[in-house]
Amino acid sequence: MDFILEPWPWYIGGPLIAFVMFLLFYFGKKFGISSNLETICALGGAGKLHDFFNLDWKKNGWNLVFILGTVIGGFIAFQYLTPEEAIALNPQTVQDLAEIGFNDAGSKYLPDELFSIDTMLTLKGFLILLGSGILVGFGARYAGGCTSGHAITGLSNLELPSLISVIGFFIGGLIMTWILLPLIF
Amino acid sequence: MRHIKFLFIGILFGIVLSKAEVISWYRIYEMFKFQSFHMYGIIGSAVVIGIIIFRFFNKGLIKDYLGNKINIEPKKKGFSRNILGGIIFGLGWGLIGACPGPMFIILGRGVLTIAIAIFGGLLGVLFYHIIKHKLPH
Repeated sequence: MDFILEPWPWYIGGPLIAFVMFLLFYFGKKFGISSNLETICALGGAGKLHDFFNLDWKKNGWNLVFILGTVIGGFIAFQYLTPEEAIALNPQTVQDLAEIGFNDAGSKYLPDELFSIDTMLTLKGFLILLGSGILVGFGARYAGGCTSGHAITGLSNLELPSLISVIGFFIGGLIMTWILLPLIF
Repeated sequence: MRHIKFLFIGILFGIVLSKAEVISWYRIYEMFKFQSFHMYGIIGSAVVIGIIIFRFFNKGLIKDYLGNKINIEPKKKGFSRNILGGIIFGLGWGLIGACPGPMFIILGRGVLTIAIAIFGGLLGVLFYHIIKHKLPH
């Protein structure tokens, strides 16, 4: 049991992600999370704003149930399976983060500098949360998939569009991490 | 109720990504700084095993639960949409340290501020569909 309570290494996490993908295909579906955002928009009445959202959301009901499951999974992992929430980061990462104003990086699972209620209540903190969400949602649907659809499924299926998208993910992520984050924080 | 199995697959996915620290902002930052193998090992091993699984699917050696051949729908062709959409996505991923799946899992941890990012994600999807006819694909 102790093993379950400790952080899982990559060689457990990666294969289990592949197993989740296998299960979804085995049950006649696919592994694509960002399309749920479209389904939720449709449910929220976005059909009034654009015809695209007049889709038959019931067809994607299974995926909404899957997403609901991930929320429950996050709750179970946090409440019952993670006695120690510190992240064993590379000391260099901790130092780099200290230089841009992130204190005690890795001492908690997520940084307060982004996710605390106090941060959200500042204009900057609010705009970071909202703006990054907009970028993720917009980019995922423009590219036709996110990490699940392109990086895992698409690359597994040796698809060129997915390889191009994943290269794009990294170009964007590297620009943000190396150039923009030090300017933002 | 016929979808109940997807609830359990989702729970498994939420636990796996939580325990493997994939939903930690710090791990994503560390990945983009090339300071840890962790995330590369996770994505890399998932893809390598995925390639093998898809081989079995494509050869018909593994069929779906009804006994039908499993077909993987190919992605839409294009260059601009993939590279530009990818970069926009990556900028957001690098900032919030979470892609769409992890956002929901983080919500499950009780980190309610992530709901703002999820709402942003919905707005982003809406914007995309409203202006998509003006974008290069």
